Amino acid sequence: MSHHKLEVKSLHFSYPDGHEAVKNISFIIHHGESVGIIGANGAGKSTLLMLIMGILFPDGGEVMVGDVHVTKKTLPMIRQRLGMVFQDPDDQLFMTTVYDDVAFGPRNYKIDEKEVESLVTKALELVGISHLKDRAPFKLSGGEKRSAAIASVLSMQPDVLIMDEPTAALDPKSRRRVISLLRSFEHTKIITSHDLDMVLETCKRIIVIKDGRIAADGGAEEILCNAELLDSCGLEVPLSFQNCPICGASKV
Amino acid sequence: MHMADALISPLVGVTMMAATASVAAYSIKKIQNEMDEKKIPLMGVMGAFVFAAQMINFSIPGTGSSGHIGGGILLAILLGPYAGFLTMSSILLIQALFFGDGGLLAYGCNVFNLGFFTCFIAYPLIYKWVTRKGVTAKRIFGASMFSAIIGLQMGAFSVVLETLFSGKTELPFGTFVLLMQPIHLGIGVVEGFVTATVVTFVWRARPEIIEKTAMGEALGNISMRKVLTSIIIAVIVVGGALSSFASANPDGLEWAMEKTAGTSELKASDGIHKTLSKIQNKVAFLPDYSFKTKVGKNKEEPTVQAEDSWPPINAGTSVSGIVGGTLTLLLAAFTGIIISVMKKKKRKEKSTLKEFSAR
Amino acid sequence: MSKAINSIYNIRFLEELSGKETSIHRLHPLVKLLTTVAYLIGVVSFGRYEISSLLPFVFYPVLIFSLAELPVGKVLKRVLLVSPFIVGIGILNPLFEQNTIILGGIVISRGWITFLSIIIKCGLTVTASILLIATTGMDRLGAALRMLKVPKVFVLQLLLTYRYISVLIEEVSRMQRAYSLRAPGEKGIRLSVWGSFAGQLILRTFDRAQRVYQSMSLRGFTGEYNTGDIAKVRFKDFAYLAAWSLFFIIMRRYNIPMLIGSLFTGGIK
Repeated sequence: MSHHKLEVKSLHFSYPDGHEAVKNISFIIHHGESVGIIGANGAGKSTLLMLIMGILFPDGGEVMVGDVHVTKKTLPMIRQRLGMVFQDPDDQLFMTTVYDDVAFGPRNYKIDEKEVESLVTKALELVGISHLKDRAPFKLSGGEKRSAAIASVLSMQPDVLIMDEPTAALDPKSRRRVISLLRSFEHTKIITSHDLDMVLETCKRIIVIKDGRIAADGGAEEILCNAELLDSCGLEVPLSFQNCPICGASKV
Repeated sequence: MHMADALISPLVGVTMMAATASVAAYSIKKIQNEMDEKKIPLMGVMGAFVFAAQMINFSIPGTGSSGHIGGGILLAILLGPYAGFLTMSSILLIQALFFGDGGLLAYGCNVFNLGFFTCFIAYPLIYKWVTRKGVTAKRIFGASMFSAIIGLQMGAFSVVLETLFSGKTELPFGTFVLLMQPIHLGIGVVEGFVTATVVTFVWRARPEIIEKTAMGEALGNISMRKVLTSIIIAVIVVGGALSSFASANPDGLEWAMEKTAGTSELKASDGIHKTLSKIQNKVAFLPDYSFKTKVGKNKEEPTVQAEDSWPPINAGTSVSGIVGGTLTLLLAAFTGIIISVMKKKKRKEKSTLKEFSAR
Repeated sequence: MSKAINSIYNIRFLEELSGKETSIHRLHPLVKLLTTVAYLIGVVSFGRYEISSLLPFVFYPVLIFSLAELPVGKVLKRVLLVSPFIVGIGILNPLFEQNTIILGGIVISRGWITFLSIIIKCGLTVTASILLIATTGMDRLGAALRMLKVPKVFVLQLLLTYRYISVLIEEVSRMQRAYSLRAPGEKGIRLSVWGSFAGQLILRTFDRAQRVYQSMSLRGFTGEYNTGDIAKVRFKDFAYLAAWSLFFIIMRRYNIPMLIGSLFTGGIK
């Protein structure tokens, strides 16, 4: 697959109970971009992520990774390219040691054990928890669990990293660590979060979702400065912008 | 009602293990055919749920003892009998390994008692039958109640049989039954309530879970027959093989008896006992094992006993036994202490060496 | 409810112990499993009335405790926790056994002998099981089971159950805390609320299972369980199993304590 771009075309999805979660969403994300997807609770962000990963299949439209459509048949290949980190690390860490959790992905692809070892070591080093490799997940702190969950996805060497609320419930230092980590990654990044300050620091492009549709799609700074736009979507300007001497946004 | 290793004999343990293994193998095949890999995390989490539920003890009124639910019926209803059985086996294995609650040799017995009767008899024959015309809250309640009670009664009775066949307690059959069944009746009622409530809740909130499991089933009768057949075959094969092996080599105690009394078995003197022992020996399945028959009216008459008879002992041998036993224990303790002391010394040496070289 | 929380601590305690680096811990898990089973069969095969011949079997746990540097007191405490049921059944023996023997001038029911025998067996067997997990750990035990050709489905499901027990119990304690903060003065959970409590817990359980499944399949899981390589059985491991098995067989066959004792007391007469 040549330069991977992720394309979403006219995506439409309704849940079995009738709720229309995603209505006609389209965008293209190019290789190396870092995109933040923001929106109020229930706007459709998580549903969108699940459609991209192939956990849900759209009622209309399609998702394309490179030149490949996301269908049931192409899932194994797609899932090697896209790595998703869940909101709750406990859902992702289920082996008895961190090493085994990080090795879980590569092992599923029947990679030779020596190769697995080097992949795991690299992933652990990248997130900075090599010293925790034999620890049991339940013994980790929130930040460490989060790093371990990220490592468990990195070990598969995906092209695109998708993260659902990566800084939720983290203490300031752990949060800072995750932010630096994300900034250092060269992967294509898609991040959903309510932590708008983090999004500002890590993403160059923002897509705002409101009621299942795209309300805005553009550069991070201009969107996150736009108090009216954010307000109409149930959001606020990032805290670091409030009372800003440059663009004049005042505390809400 | 987890059985401990101390109360069973190797023969019973291995036989039940074979029975359990055959049911488990069958279950694994079945779920591979009809379910997808989604089941496995669900089974894992449900297993954790029932494990946690078993931690909750409630007192049973009128008996002065407490108990906890088994969970077999709940697992069968929510996961299907095959997945339910397998989940129960993993719960029991964790309990055996980490808590000694249920021995490893008794593992086969425990899985069978708590898993087979609930998942493969009570569930298909009672629960499914009551809900065959459709699921309603009332039917769920009745079905859960009956299946729980019956399933537990069968499991409890099985415990009695297994203990008796092992011959490790003096408990007469009648007393044991009177002890086990009422207690488990009480537990069964509570389990019925809990199961009914939980199932109803799930059914109201997510009906598709209940319905899907109900549909994913094979034609009840056929699978039951297959399961029962495979168990009976396994039991006969293993039991027969082992018992012939057992009677060929004299038991340690029999050996001791031969040396002291010149006989390896106390002769049955009463007519009835002779006939009984004849019948017993014919049924090669469990030679040398018998029920403790209360037929012998005289205490003096040696009743055809369970696998070991009382060796003629006098004060002399018992003193040797006690002395020897004490010496053995002392030796063991001594060995343990020596090893620990030596290890501590080695560790100290190592750490001082490290400090020294670090400077 | 505290019993549930204690059980996680117990599990974690034992799992921690299994991470030690001693000669016993380094033994191949399959060998440790087989030795334990041989031990259990040995102990359990003794007759009802045997006590002194049982005692040499004490050497096995003693050696493991000392060589594996396990805390004796803490482990034995856990063994004791399981005892009440056995004691309950066993104590009926002296009551029901009608035959008596004369021991040193006192008439006691044979039932006490069987009772003691059961207690000893119980102590030995339960200790052996716990020692197995304390020196091996769940993961390696799973690998050993795989080597015994136990199907992947079962082993994977076992490991998942093990993993989710602590997660679930934490959720239970959270729910229970929330409940007790709004129901002052109540000891346990009211029976009427039990149903929805359990029901909620189950639904949360289902949701979590769903998410876990997604995270697994997103990483390529298709039902197969791969443990990665497990070391081969070495001669050292095999020798361990052989040595203990020999010991068990000899101790089972010959009543050594009796022999030692009779040497001291001058003959079996």
